[in-house]
Amino acid sequence: MFLARPRIFLLAALAASIVLGIFQNQLDPYFVDVLTRIGINIILAVSLNLINGHTGQFSLGHAGFMAVGAYTAAAMTMFAGPHILPATAPEFFTALWFLAALLAGGIVAAAAGLLVGAPSLRLKGDYLAIVTLGFGQIISVVFRNIEPLGGALGLNGIPAYTNLFWVFAIAAVTVYVITAMVNSTYGRGFIATHDDEVAAEAMGINTTRFKIVAFVIGAFFAGIAGGLYGHFTLTISPRGFDFTRSIEIVVMVIVGGMGNTVGVILAAILLTLLPEGLRALGGVSPSLNWISESRPLLYSILLIGLMLLRPQGLFNFRKSGKLKIQN
Amino acid sequence: MPPLLQLEKVSIRFGGLTAVSELDLQIGAHELVGLIGPNGAGKTTVFNLTTGVYQPTAGKISFGEKSTARLRPNKLAKLGIARTFQNIRLFASMTVFDNVRAATQLHRAHGIRDALWRGRHFRAGEKTVGSQILELLEIFQLGKFRDSFAKSLSYGDQRRLEIVRALATKPKLLLLDEPAAGMNASEKVELMRLIQFIKDKFQISVLLVEHDMKVVMGICERIAVLDYGVKIAEGTPVEVRANPKVIEAYLGEEIISE
Repeated sequence: MFLARPRIFLLAALAASIVLGIFQNQLDPYFVDVLTRIGINIILAVSLNLINGHTGQFSLGHAGFMAVGAYTAAAMTMFAGPHILPATAPEFFTALWFLAALLAGGIVAAAAGLLVGAPSLRLKGDYLAIVTLGFGQIISVVFRNIEPLGGALGLNGIPAYTNLFWVFAIAAVTVYVITAMVNSTYGRGFIATHDDEVAAEAMGINTTRFKIVAFVIGAFFAGIAGGLYGHFTLTISPRGFDFTRSIEIVVMVIVGGMGNTVGVILAAILLTLLPEGLRALGGVSPSLNWISESRPLLYSILLIGLMLLRPQGLFNFRKSGKLKIQN
Repeated sequence: MPPLLQLEKVSIRFGGLTAVSELDLQIGAHELVGLIGPNGAGKTTVFNLTTGVYQPTAGKISFGEKSTARLRPNKLAKLGIARTFQNIRLFASMTVFDNVRAATQLHRAHGIRDALWRGRHFRAGEKTVGSQILELLEIFQLGKFRDSFAKSLSYGDQRRLEIVRALATKPKLLLLDEPAAGMNASEKVELMRLIQFIKDKFQISVLLVEHDMKVVMGICERIAVLDYGVKIAEGTPVEVRANPKVIEAYLGEEIISE
């Protein structure tokens, strides 16, 4: 299992993303587009998995954190960038500034995570879900009303800094940070908080702290994913980060199997490819055109079927005590 | 020497119901005290008060001469109070080993930064913790189940795993909430021996809530009897057994006269 040796995995993945970045121009643009979205979805799903899966909170606000990161990073490169970097600045400095913008997006999103994490100390399950849902809506309304950031129309003309190297290097770091953290004696605190808060407290585990840390770190990576997304689509608007976007990420976590990092990565890949695959299938012959046209319906039917047949997640092969049928 | 745990006139009311009323209770260092009483007498409430799950409506609880008022359960665990639960509350998605590992949180030598860097310090720390956990599991003959999920253990083994998990926090006071429930006769005998053993080996005090009179009378040095939240008797097993108030509270139950 690659997660057993996390440092080697990290180095290998970073090397692979450098190679991907070098050969990006030789690849088919459509292929690059799909790969980029896969990478961003991996970051989003794995970071949400820390909150919803490992720690057992229920956040519906991941797109909100993403929006915070996307707007912060875009503001840095669009408005502050030209003042700091001369037009002739070498590529290296542009890249450095982009990294700084992404980190800033992550940090502002993490601060938002701290704000949203606070109610999670008093609320559980459905109630917490509603609070995070409300947070997502508030973020959307706030950005709609900040005129310098484009208001309801959003921001256009964000520089195209995102490439496969950035996406997959950051995806690798996200996976590394979250698995290395969870797979330690310290990290058992997240799982204990998920399993039984009362027992965890009685064993000296500060569940409050673990929940906040989960929200802050999850939001941080969601913010970075937002920054990557903005510099990939080159245009962002509050509508792109609404509630349905959050649901998409939640579905990836559930399909992959809550708390199962490998499963969540595979689900992020699969669910990004699925609509593309259905579209391609519809294009094969006119008689299959209906597949392409009823994509949203087929997608939903597949999800329903999946939850009926494998409620523990498509890729969850671990025999979890909770899900085991009691005999 | 001052007592390890001291409850002074502790009361707690839930709406109109007084679950525990003006309770005085002391537990000294390295003492094994039993807390008995009919169903609903308030025994588990005393546990919840002692571990910070509930705050008393009136009265004072101190542990090692420190007041425990307004301290959360995880802080009290840090001070040295560990417990098991009447209805087993193991971490269901974790293995036997990890259940105990989660409880070593208090004494771990590393935090997030070490876990991310995974340097020598981290690996050495994890190794030490691992061997300590296995040692503890072996005492309770649970070593062979280290990689099984906690939920797959038999009822008796789950109860014993809860004790191991509580001991992993390195407590000064261990609260056992009906540890013999659901055990057969030979398991109960084994459990009595085990409670004595851990009390001596780890030099801890034990407060035992138990319905099985044979267990309580067999190992406790002192017994307090609760009825409707009021302490009606306290003393050695022999004294308690002969107390007319206790016999009345347990009227119709022959267990007390055994």
